[in-house]
Amino acid sequence: MPDISPLMSAAETAEAVTGRRIMALEATEAALGRIAARDTILNSFTDVTADRARARAKAIDAEIAAGKPVGPLAGVPFAVKNLFDVQGLATRAGSKINRDRAPSRRDATLIERMEAAGAVLVGALNMGEYAYDFTGENVHDGPSCNPHDPTRMAGGSSGGSGSAVGGALVPIALGSDTNGSIRVPSSFCGIFGLKPTYGRLSRARSYPFVTSFDHLGPFARSARDLALAYDVMQGPDADDAACTTRPVEPTLPSLTAGIAGLRIAIASGYFQHNLFPEAAEAVARVAKALRTTQTVEIPEAARARAAAYIVTTTEGASLHLDRLRSRPNDFDPAVRDRLIAGAMVPAAYVDKAQKFRRWYRARVLELFKSVDLILAPATPCTAPRLGQASFMLDGVELPVRPNIGIHTQPISFIGLPVVAVPVPLEPMPIGVQLIAAPWREDIALRAAYLLEKMGVVAAPAPKGL
Amino acid sequence: MADHLDDYIDAVARVMALPVEDAWRPAVRANLEVSLRLARLVDEFPLPDETEPAAIYSA
Repeated sequence: MPDISPLMSAAETAEAVTGRRIMALEATEAALGRIAARDTILNSFTDVTADRARARAKAIDAEIAAGKPVGPLAGVPFAVKNLFDVQGLATRAGSKINRDRAPSRRDATLIERMEAAGAVLVGALNMGEYAYDFTGENVHDGPSCNPHDPTRMAGGSSGGSGSAVGGALVPIALGSDTNGSIRVPSSFCGIFGLKPTYGRLSRARSYPFVTSFDHLGPFARSARDLALAYDVMQGPDADDAACTTRPVEPTLPSLTAGIAGLRIAIASGYFQHNLFPEAAEAVARVAKALRTTQTVEIPEAARARAAAYIVTTTEGASLHLDRLRSRPNDFDPAVRDRLIAGAMVPAAYVDKAQKFRRWYRARVLELFKSVDLILAPATPCTAPRLGQASFMLDGVELPVRPNIGIHTQPISFIGLPVVAVPVPLEPMPIGVQLIAAPWREDIALRAAYLLEKMGVVAAPAPKGL
Repeated sequence: MADHLDDYIDAVARVMALPVEDAWRPAVRANLEVSLRLARLVDEFPLPDETEPAAIYSA
């Protein structure tokens, strides 16, 4: 078998497979070997679909041998957060309770689209219970561990996705982001993550959390791989009520276009508070590289975060009401107690939060008339230690679990597209959010690509690799 | 306020048939206090009566 580097990108893998320098089966076996060797430490996978992966890889190799066209992800191993339906698996969504569901009869739309492009699904990934989490810890399956220091959190709720890509087990993973669950693990694990515009990528056959905030998206170790995965997953889908009917807008053709002409600003006010020095340093490095000192105030961001919190806790409670009654002891207690409290929030407050949301969206969209890209921290800190319950933010001791996402929540609240880029600080990386106007993922990806070429952002190799 | 909130938790739990065991009550209460504090922050913000909620349903 050829020597396949764990750091080989998805683009390089697909090129090598298509060019018949390596077989899809060899790329798949290499990924399965890495998972077997290293996931005992990372705990990022809950299911390894080895038989399916080998069968799929052999089929791709057969197509190539027959001279048939294969997609731009030919032979690229990938994995998905375990809230995606995978044919034959019960969609556990990080819970104990959902393991009693019948096995899924059909893959999630995004898995089908990745595989139609030649990618090879190798398994399902650990996550925080029912996605109500920013830590990546899970009382049922154990925590997803940080690839740069396994005594630290991977971030959540897509913890396994962050850990598997950050740990170079697979070049691409898929996850979900309701309040920050793609951007937080990207930040803690030192990788690239894309939370697209709300409605851009189909959520069909994935387990929901807060339907009006739920987004799916990719993680990768480079901006190019992120764009590659994103482009093949776009397209309308009648099976997701919120999925846009806009035509596919590929981002790869403009990925190397640079940032000439783009108006870039740093989010001020709320986004410059509640930070550890590392988070401020990361934003400063990105701003310097993009040659901007301009700032922009996102109005009422604290209230936006509060409103997102209210909608989340109440919609989450509504989703799980029956299970809270019938199987309360089968929940993670921390999730159960938050959901029970969520069921008790008066409805008038929820309606107010949704009205505020419309006001806030209009104000923020106004900002995008004078700016194309906004920079903000992805997390207030680098990855905390596993089990860490509190941290000090601006002199106030706060619980870690709900406060890791304070800078991501006001953005997903109104569905803006964001690329989280990794700034490779020592000893731990940390992310910065590149925030664009709705449907302008291309702008955030262009900036991410340029920053990567400049060496300002990069996915560091996991320690011990 | 403390007693009122405990009374409220008891009443809503009964009305909604939600179990709140004694061991869970402090955490449920702490979470509800955070949610209500944040809800008040939103509630304090003046909005025109005509403001539409940001629903995603479309006919």
